[in-house]
Formats: sequence, C-alpha cells, structure tokens
Amino acid sequence: MNRRLYHAAAIAAEIAVPLAILAAWQLWTVQAQDPKFPRLSTILVEFQELWLFSQFELHVVPSLTRIALGFGIAVVLGIALGIPLGLSRWGRILAMPHIEWWRAMPPPALLPISIVLLHSIGNRQKVAFIAFFCLFPILLNTIDGVRGIDPTMIDTARSYGVRSFERIRRIVLPAALPQIFAGMRTSLSLAVIMMVLTEYFSSTSGVGYVLLISKNTFQLAPMWAAIVLIGLLGYLLNLLLILVERRVLAWHRGWRAATAQ
Amino acid sequence: MAAPGVASAETVSGETQPAFGTVAARLAPVLATVASITAALGLWEFVSRAGLISEQDLPAMTTTFQELWSMMHTRAFWAGFGQTVRGWALGLGIATALAVPIGILLGSSQFALRAFRVPIEFLRPIPSAALIPLLFLTLGTTLQSEVFLAAFGAFWPLLVQTIYGVRDVDPVALDTARSFGVGRFERLYRIKLPSAVPYIATGLRISSAVALILAFTAELFMGVPGLGQIMNVAESFGLTVQVYALALATGFLGLAIYVVFSAIERRALRWHPSQRVST
Repeated sequence: MNRRLYHAAAIAAEIAVPLAILAAWQLWTVQAQDPKFPRLSTILVEFQELWLFSQFELHVVPSLTRIALGFGIAVVLGIALGIPLGLSRWGRILAMPHIEWWRAMPPPALLPISIVLLHSIGNRQKVAFIAFFCLFPILLNTIDGVRGIDPTMIDTARSYGVRSFERIRRIVLPAALPQIFAGMRTSLSLAVIMMVLTEYFSSTSGVGYVLLISKNTFQLAPMWAAIVLIGLLGYLLNLLLILVERRVLAWHRGWRAATAQ
Repeated sequence: MAAPGVASAETVSGETQPAFGTVAARLAPVLATVASITAALGLWEFVSRAGLISEQDLPAMTTTFQELWSMMHTRAFWAGFGQTVRGWALGLGIATALAVPIGILLGSSQFALRAFRVPIEFLRPIPSAALIPLLFLTLGTTLQSEVFLAAFGAFWPLLVQTIYGVRDVDPVALDTARSFGVGRFERLYRIKLPSAVPYIATGLRISSAVALILAFTAELFMGVPGLGQIMNVAESFGLTVQVYALALATGFLGLAIYVVFSAIERRALRWHPSQRVST
C-alpha cells in the first residue's frame, strides 16, 4: 500500500514540477512587466503563429537540412575512418596527434578562419563546418569501440576464413556500435550549436538567422519564440537519436541483460 | 609443473635478448608521431608557399608562428588570454559548484530525480548558443554574460555525470554501511561521494572543453573582451595572419585544458573497478 502511494506521489511530482515551473515563469513575467521578458503566454502565442507552420518551411527546413547533411557526413566519415584506425596501431600513431589537436580546438575559433579561407559562409560552408566538428566525437568513439573488441573474436573469424570485409561488417562494426552511438549523441548536440552559430553569419534563412534578426530589431516575443523553437529542436533531435539507438542496439541491451544475470 | 618453468624461461629470454629491439620498438612510435606532425606542418607551409591556396587566404606556417611569437611579446595578447581564461575558469567553477551538489541531491533520491527529470531533459539539449541574443539584451557585453554562457553550457554534462555516479554506488557497500549504523551524512561522505568521483572527473573533462568553447563564443560574437574579441577585430580589419595566429593560440589553450583535465580524470579513475587490470 505504501509502495503504491509512493509511486502515485512520484508520478504526480513528475507532472506537477514542470507545470509549477511554467506557472512560476508566467507569474513572474506578468509581475515583472519587463519588455525583455515577455509573458510566457505571449511567447507561446507568438510561437504558434510563427512556427506552426507559417515560417516552418522558410526557416526550420533549411536549418534541419544543414544539421542532417553535416551530421550525416560526420557519421559516415567518422565510422569509415574510425574502423581502419581502430584496427591499425600504426594508423593510430600517425593520425592521433592530428585528431587530438582538432578535437581540442574550440570550433568558434575557426569561424573567422573559414570566412578568410573560404571567402564566405554560404550554405555549403555551413554544412562543412558542422560536419567537421561533429566528426571528432564520432571518430574517437569509433576508434575506442573498435579497440575494445575482444581480439579472440577477430582471430576466430579469421581462422574460420571469414574475409576481412565480412569480418568488419559482421564483427567489428556491431561490436563498436554502442560506442559509436555514444559519440553520435555528443556530436548531435554540437551540430545544433554549430547550426545556430553559423547561421548568425551571412544568412538569409534558418532559425539562427531569425533569432539574430529579431534581436537586432528588438522584436522580443519572436526572439523568445525562436529560443523556444531551438530548444525544442535540440530536444526532439536528441529524442529521435535515442529512439534510433534503441532500435539498432536492441540486441545489445538484450545481450547485456542476459550476461548480467 | 614443467609448464610454468618453460613459460618463465621463454619470457626471460624474450626480455633479455633483444635489448636494442625494445628500445627501437619504443622509439619508433615517438618518431612516427613527430614525423606525422612535421609532415602536416610542412604540407601547410608548402600549400601556402606554392600558391595552391594564396598566401592572403592561408598564410604560411612559418609566417603564422612568427606572428604568434611576436604577439606573445605584446601586453594586449596576454591581457586577452587572461580574460579568456578568467571567463572559462569562473564559468566552470560556478557550474561545478552548482552541478555537483544538485547532482548528488538528485542522484540520492529517486523521488527528486523523477520530479525534475522532465525539466532537466528539456533544458539540457538547449544549445547555449541560442541564449546569446538574450544575453546581449540583458547582461550586455560584460564578463557576466561570458561567465553565464560558459556556466550554463558546462552545468549539464557535469550534472548528468554526477547523477550517474551517485546512482552507480555499489548497493552492497551502502547496505553494509547502513547495517553497521553509519549515518546518512557519513554514508554520503564516505561511500557515495568517493564512488561518484570518477564520473565527476569525466564530467569535468567534458565541461572544461564546453566552457572554453562558450567563453570564446561570447567573446567572438558578443565582443566581451578576450582572445575571441581580438580575433573578431583582426578579422574585420583583414589582418589574416593575426586571425590564424590567434586560432593557433586558442587551439593550444584548448589542448592544454584537455591534457590537464584528462590527466585528472585518469587519476580519479585509477582505483575504479573498470581500470583494474585483471577482472
């Protein structure tokens, strides 16, 4: 009985706390009357008018396309480079200094460079920028994942005459996937940040652009609506990746649950 | 009983015989690493000098390092460097001071964790870059903006790691302590906190990088004084060599922070079961 009561209270709290936070926000903004902090209700109305869905195609679609392309390129390259590097000690010795350097470099420091080097920050440069910085977490995690494989497994496959391509597809890649997904989660949140930052530069579309323009013209409700939108995009993209991961790694969780018992 | 004897004889001969070979085997990777870095720097020099990319767009490696060297003799550079490091340190410090206690609190209580799960899951993926326009209007181009941005970004990875760490406590150790009558506070201090330390160290490594990114972003985009702001000015005046030299400086700063914090992480992990050689 006590247990049931506890569960009911926990569920109630799970619903009540977010609502209480929203209510506090609304009450505070009503009371503060500060133009910089418009009422939550005003922001939500603005959000609905702008983003559901009159401006959606104009600004959200380009932003999502940039993230999808940049992130997609990073995933493909990260795995394609990470597997051979994970398998080859000399490859790692030669490549690691460069990987460590670029991973430690704060990405915004390269934005002015890409303006100088590539003369502009057009759509292609934005995608390249996102892809470049999303690459490193995926690459490093792929290398780690491949290195963590039990060598007996690869040796066994080799002695059974499994060809190298098959070995990679059937043993190396699946075994490294949990780590690869961990890298992808880090990269995805980087991708959203990079998307917003690159859209602050020379853009005509995208949610980062809308955010900057509404700030520059002191349209505060649209600015807040854009912040809410970007937060929501970050949340939903993260959720999407978790769902994909659950599907792809279903076997892995089953295996771990089985070995844990 | 013959088998171990044979094995040890093998290892002895294996260790004593190729003394020169082991030195070479140890030296070769170091040489390869140095060669690899040299080759990359040489390629940079060549691409620029040969005009594959014009020197206006990509100054030669030697020119850039010379510029960095001469910048390092100016007071303005070190002032900017100090401001960037200050923004980073304050942001990371505030994030740590908040995230670790809150993480311990939320990790210790299933109820509290469930109550705050939804707000955390919603706030965590918010890209801090989206807060820049808001900070422009509220705190302006001040140190507070930079610190807020860095702290906001650094807070979440650290919070999540701390919660994981506290929840990963060995339940047997906790139950044992409880049955020996160890008090709540003592259990926290002696069992939960030590076993969360490796997780917190990992969180610190991630957050230290995030805090630097955001401190630099605040300087570059908002004009808060620091390396990022100097870089922004250099870029708008078309001082290409300076832009590259500053990017190098920022890269070295990032590398230094990474090296220090991953050393801390390794130290904190040393006693952890995952690091034991034989498991």
